[in-house]
Amino acid sequence: MLMNDMTPDNSLARESGVTASAAASTGPMRISREHHETVGDYTVADPRITCRNVDVYYGDKRAIHAVNLDIGRNEVVAMIGPSGCGKSTFLRCLNRMNDTIESCRVTGEIELDGQDIYDKKIDVVPLRSQVGMVFQKPNPFPKSIYENVAWGPRIHGLAQNKADLNEIVETSLQKAGLWSEVKDRLEKPGTGLSGGQQQRLCIARTIAVSPEVILMDEPCSALDPIATAKIEDLIDELRQQYSIAIVTHSMQQAARVSQRTAYFHMGDLIEVGETATIFTNPVHPLTEDYITGRFG
Amino acid sequence: MQPTTLLLVLIVMAFIAYQMGFRRSLAVVSGKAKQLHSLPLYHGFFVALAAFIPAFLVFSLWQILENTVITNMVLNALPDEISSKAQGDVNLFVSQIKNLVDNGITADGISPQLQQAANYYAALQSESAAWLSRTTIALSLAGLFIAWRSVKREARTRNWVEKAVIGFLIACSSIAILTTLGIVLSVLFESVRFFGQVPFSDFMFGTEWSPQTALRADQVGSSGSFGAIPLFAGTLLISFIAMVVAIPVGLMSAIYLSEYASLKVRSMVKPLLEILAGIPTVVYGFFAALTVAPLIRGFGSAIGLDVASESALAAGLVMGIMIIPFISSLSDDVINAVPQSMRDGAYALGATKSETVRKVVFPAALPGVIGGILLGVSRAIGETMIVVMAAGLAANLTLNPLEAVTTVTVQIVTLLTGDQEFDSAKTLAAFALGLLLFVTTLILNVIALYVVRKYREEILV
Repeated sequence: MLMNDMTPDNSLARESGVTASAAASTGPMRISREHHETVGDYTVADPRITCRNVDVYYGDKRAIHAVNLDIGRNEVVAMIGPSGCGKSTFLRCLNRMNDTIESCRVTGEIELDGQDIYDKKIDVVPLRSQVGMVFQKPNPFPKSIYENVAWGPRIHGLAQNKADLNEIVETSLQKAGLWSEVKDRLEKPGTGLSGGQQQRLCIARTIAVSPEVILMDEPCSALDPIATAKIEDLIDELRQQYSIAIVTHSMQQAARVSQRTAYFHMGDLIEVGETATIFTNPVHPLTEDYITGRFG
Repeated sequence: MQPTTLLLVLIVMAFIAYQMGFRRSLAVVSGKAKQLHSLPLYHGFFVALAAFIPAFLVFSLWQILENTVITNMVLNALPDEISSKAQGDVNLFVSQIKNLVDNGITADGISPQLQQAANYYAALQSESAAWLSRTTIALSLAGLFIAWRSVKREARTRNWVEKAVIGFLIACSSIAILTTLGIVLSVLFESVRFFGQVPFSDFMFGTEWSPQTALRADQVGSSGSFGAIPLFAGTLLISFIAMVVAIPVGLMSAIYLSEYASLKVRSMVKPLLEILAGIPTVVYGFFAALTVAPLIRGFGSAIGLDVASESALAAGLVMGIMIIPFISSLSDDVINAVPQSMRDGAYALGATKSETVRKVVFPAALPGVIGGILLGVSRAIGETMIVVMAAGLAANLTLNPLEAVTTVTVQIVTLLTGDQEFDSAKTLAAFALGLLLFVTTLILNVIALYVVRKYREEILV
C-alpha cells in the first residue's frame, strides 16, 4: 500500500529535484523528505557485486525501487532502515533466494564479479555456493554439529577424502570461533547448542563452502548481548577474506561492524556512504530522522 | 406421569429456575449488575442447575433400578409352587407377567396366579411412577428454592457454574475411556473362558488352526486345534504386502505434493487422494476379489505360475491402495511442518531441490513419517472387509504371497457369523483372537504416538 501511495509523489519529486525540496523543508536542509533518489556515492573502486536499477515485485506490488549499490572486496556493508523498507528483500536478491517465492520478480542488473547473476545461463546452485547467507533465526539442520558443517562441502564435492573434509570442518569452525567450544562433541546434534552457538554454527556452515560474499539477514536479532558481541567480532575478522552485506535493525551494530552503510526507506535506497559519515553527518533528512530515532 | 413427560416437566422447571435466578440477582442489587460478583447469567444457570441436576440424577437412577426392584418384589410375592420351579420356568413366568401387563396378551391362557401376579406388578409400577414424580419434582423445587435463596450480591455462582461445566466435560471424555475399558473387559473375560478350555501356549504357539469342538467323543474330525500362528502369519504377510505398496507410493506422493507441486496442483490432487480414504472397505473388497485377484491369476498363469484365485497378493495390493491416503496425508502434513528456514538454509548453501528434500527436509520429517507409517500398519492389521472378501479361509502357514492365506480378522468373522453357541471353545476363540489383535495394534499405536511426540519435542521447539 505504501508503495502505491508513494509512486506519484516520487516522480514529482524527481522532476522538481532539489529546488522544490528547499521550499517544502522546514529547516536549513537542502533535500526534501519527498526526494527518494539515492544520495551519496554508491560505487566502490573494487566491486564484488554491482547492482543497477534493481526493482523487486511481489505480484503487482513493488517492494524495491531502482536500487543502485556496490559491495566491495573485504568490506562490510550495513543495510539499515525501518521494518518493511525492503532491505531484506534486496539482500535476498543477491543470491537469488527470492527465487523460492513464487510471486517474486526481480528486474535490473545484479553482477557478481562482472557476471549477471539473473542471466538465463546462470545456475543458482553454484551462485549460492559463491554467495552464502546467514539468516535471522539460527537454522542448523537436525544433524550432528559435524554434519551441519560437512554437508555443504560434501554436496559440492569440495573434499577428496575424509581427511580433507575433517580439515574443512575444523577450519570453518575455527574461523567461526566455535571450534574450542564444540570440538569434543562434534557428533552431538547442532540443535542442542545455545542460540549464539547455533548462529556461529550457521556461519561456519556458510564459510565451509568457501563463498566470496556472505549475506547476513539480521544475524543477531535473536541473540543476547554477549553472543551478539561474539558474532560482531567474528564479522570483523571475516572481512579479511570475504565481502559481507549485513541487514540489521541495530544502528549501533551497523556503526560497530560496517565500513559503509546504506539507508533504505519504503523500497528506496535513500542514502549510502561511509558509515562514520552516515551516523555523524547524514545528508538526507530521512536518514537523519531514522538515525536520530524520529521513526523506525 | 410418564417418564418422558416427567423429564419434560423437569426441563421446563429448569428454564423457570434460570429466569428466577436471573431476576433475583438483578433485584438484590436493584438493577446494578456491576455490583454482583457474578453476572446475572451465572446466577440464572446456577439456580437452573440446582433445580435440574439432583432431580435428574434421581430420575436416571430410578429408571435403571425400577425394573429390577419391581421384578424382585413380584417374585417374592409369588406362591411357593411357582417360585420353587427351575430358574428357566420362573423367568418364563416373569416374562409372561410383563407381557400381560404391557400388551395384555399371553401365550397360553391366563391362570389365576398369573392374573394375580400381573395385577400386583401393574400396581407396583403405577405406584413407582407416582413416587418418582413426587420425589423428583420435590427435589427440583427444593434445589430451586435453596439456590434461589442463596443468590446474593457476593455469591460466587460463576465459579460453581464453571465447576459444573468442567464436570460435564469430564463426564463426556470418560464416556470414550469407559467404552474402551468395557470393550477390553468383555473381550478379556471371554478370552479367559477360552483359555480355560484351550491352554494359552497351544493358542499362542500352535501352528495348526482348525477351530472345531467335538459334539461326541467318537465323532469324525473331533480333534480341533487352536494355534494362532498361521492366522498371524497370514495377517502379517498381507499387511507386509500392503505396506510394500503403501509406503513408497504414499511417501513419494507426499513428497511431490508438499515440495514440488504448485499450489494449484496441490489443491486439486490432495483432495482427490483423500477420496481414496473415503471409499468403503467393502468396495475395496469386491474390487480385490472380482478385479485384482483374477488379473493376478491370469497374469500368473501367463508366465507359468500357479496362483490361487484368492491370493494374499491380491488382498495385500488392494489393502495397500487403501492405506496410501493415510500415509500420504500424514506424511504431507509432517513434511509441511518442517520449518521453511531449514529449506532456506540448505538452498543458501547451494543445495539443489532434490538434495534439500532428501538430505534435510525428509530426515527432519522422518520421525513423524514413521509415526504415520505405524498408524497405517495398525490399520492394515485390523482391516477386515478386504481380507474377508479376497483372502480366503484356509489357514495355510506360508510365506508365498501367491497362495491363499487367512487372517485373524477373517477368522473372527467366520467364527461369529451365523448362529453360535457362546460357550464352546470354537466361538470363544474369536475373543482370544480379538484380544491378541487388540494388544498388537495397541502396542503399535503406543509406539506411533511415542515417536510422533518425540518428533514434536525435537523439531518444533
